[in-house]
Amino acid sequence: MIQLQNISKTFRIAKRQAGLGRAVKALFSRDYETVHALRDVSFTIGPGEMVGYIGPNGAGKSTTIKIMCGILTPSSGTCLIHGRIPWQDRLRHVSEIGVVFGQRSQLWWDVPVCDSFELLREVYRVDAKEFRRNLDELVPLLDLSEVLKTPTRSLSLGQRMRCELAASLLHSPQILFLDEPTIGLDAVSKIAVRQFVRKLNQERGTTVILTTHDMQDIEALTRRIILLGKGRILFDGPLDDLKKRFPGAKTITLEYRGNAPSILPGVEILDSRDGRLVLKVQPTRGLVSDLIAHIASQVQILDLSVAGASAEEMVAALYKEYAI
Amino acid sequence: MRLYLKFLSMHVKSQMQYKVSFFLTLLGEFSASFAALLGVWFMFLRFHEVEGFTFQQILVCLGTILMSSSLAECFGRSFDRFPQMISNGQFDRILVRPRNEILLVLWSEVDFSRFGRLIQAVIVLSYALFTCGIGWTWLKVVTLLLMIGGGTVVFFCLLLVYAGISFFTIEGLEFMNILTHGGREFGRYPYAIYGDRVLKFLTFVVPLALVQYYPLLYLLDLETSFMYMLSPLGGVLFAPPAYGFWRFGLRRYTSTGS
Repeated sequence: MIQLQNISKTFRIAKRQAGLGRAVKALFSRDYETVHALRDVSFTIGPGEMVGYIGPNGAGKSTTIKIMCGILTPSSGTCLIHGRIPWQDRLRHVSEIGVVFGQRSQLWWDVPVCDSFELLREVYRVDAKEFRRNLDELVPLLDLSEVLKTPTRSLSLGQRMRCELAASLLHSPQILFLDEPTIGLDAVSKIAVRQFVRKLNQERGTTVILTTHDMQDIEALTRRIILLGKGRILFDGPLDDLKKRFPGAKTITLEYRGNAPSILPGVEILDSRDGRLVLKVQPTRGLVSDLIAHIASQVQILDLSVAGASAEEMVAALYKEYAI
Repeated sequence: MRLYLKFLSMHVKSQMQYKVSFFLTLLGEFSASFAALLGVWFMFLRFHEVEGFTFQQILVCLGTILMSSSLAECFGRSFDRFPQMISNGQFDRILVRPRNEILLVLWSEVDFSRFGRLIQAVIVLSYALFTCGIGWTWLKVVTLLLMIGGGTVVFFCLLLVYAGISFFTIEGLEFMNILTHGGREFGRYPYAIYGDRVLKFLTFVVPLALVQYYPLLYLLDLETSFMYMLSPLGGVLFAPPAYGFWRFGLRRYTSTGS
């Protein structure tokens, strides 16, 4: 159980100005600027939930994660995770969580991966049996058998990320924080990571908190999202609710045989080439079905697809709405 | 302790990936501190004594300081790199591990090349101890060990303070080098030769003189009071405030962007 209540975090940042003269002046007197990284952030995440924590760069995602990990102390507000205050009871708290920072490796660069794992076992005081069991479970799931003996520096990014995931789970944490776990990965590796995380959540019941800029991660993994902008929570709820709030335009792509058909008023043609037509429709009552019927009466439709707004577009629209 | 050995073996494994580089830096460290020795030697070619201390007596001084500073740096090397650890996020990683953060910082880097200096220190010290004409007693052996031990603690604490300052700013830390590297370089000679004010500063603020000058007087029979013999223990008093400062900084830690 994760509870955050009215968490705020402010940083004091020394203002720097361009120019040598001003830099010299800054040596003696500095102007400080107070930055509100988080303002009144409150949410509760139940055990076994999988939550997407999203927002543009600089919204305060990492700050929240760091507070929940016990790295940072918030300026005000309370945070309880498993009944503990992370930054006050840090050592006990962190032994129950796993953290993957997508951009920073926790593996030793020059030694084989299995040696890094062995060291982590010692750091977390995992007993040999549990360690063996976790490893036996994680290695096939993440397809690691061949890379365990390889030094980290010769792994591909995808292989490394899978190793990072395994490394964060060796001590069977109840909560897993994933900070941009799919950043820079190719499609195959992304899918592998997503599948693994889903399985982990379903089978072990691990609570997963995921920050990402990749909306496909969110769509594939989480039902609930928390959207953060300028340090405030803008939306907290199911992804589907967000979709309903932003019905957006539907895109209809169809392939047909015959002459170019006429369309109904209110429909925009995005692309029309020999036998292929892409249309944009504002979804008002029955227009989509009317349109399809109208076209079908003129030509033979070979293929048809209707797509709603992608999560990506929705989030972009949201950012715009809140001007963040 | 077992964990430390584990970390140590990881470092050995890592460093052995680059064997040539390792031996070259070892050699480099050795010759760098050799220059310090030469400096003292050239000095004595001209002056024969400094404030009443002979060449061999100065070497005792140089040997113990070199020994304790390289011991401290051998194990506290990563404090030197701590500002980088903060800026590249390595320290965040350390904070999510369920172990004491100071130990993890220490163990994140072990600089074996400092052994080059350590070897030098052992050679210089053994030469000096046999030739300086000290009438050895058990008490003097204890004094010498206290000097080295206390010195290691003081140098180590200086590194800890250096790292602690990086919680507030990671720029302009060079001034601390006056104390860390300066303490070592000036420590070649008894601190008293730099004047009364320096000596007072190094007695009451940064207790380097407690582990060098005062016990040296005892070793050389210039003072006989036990106070002088036990003064390195006073150096250990530097540890609690240094640790307190670190804790204070840690609470104010602000990390870096994503």
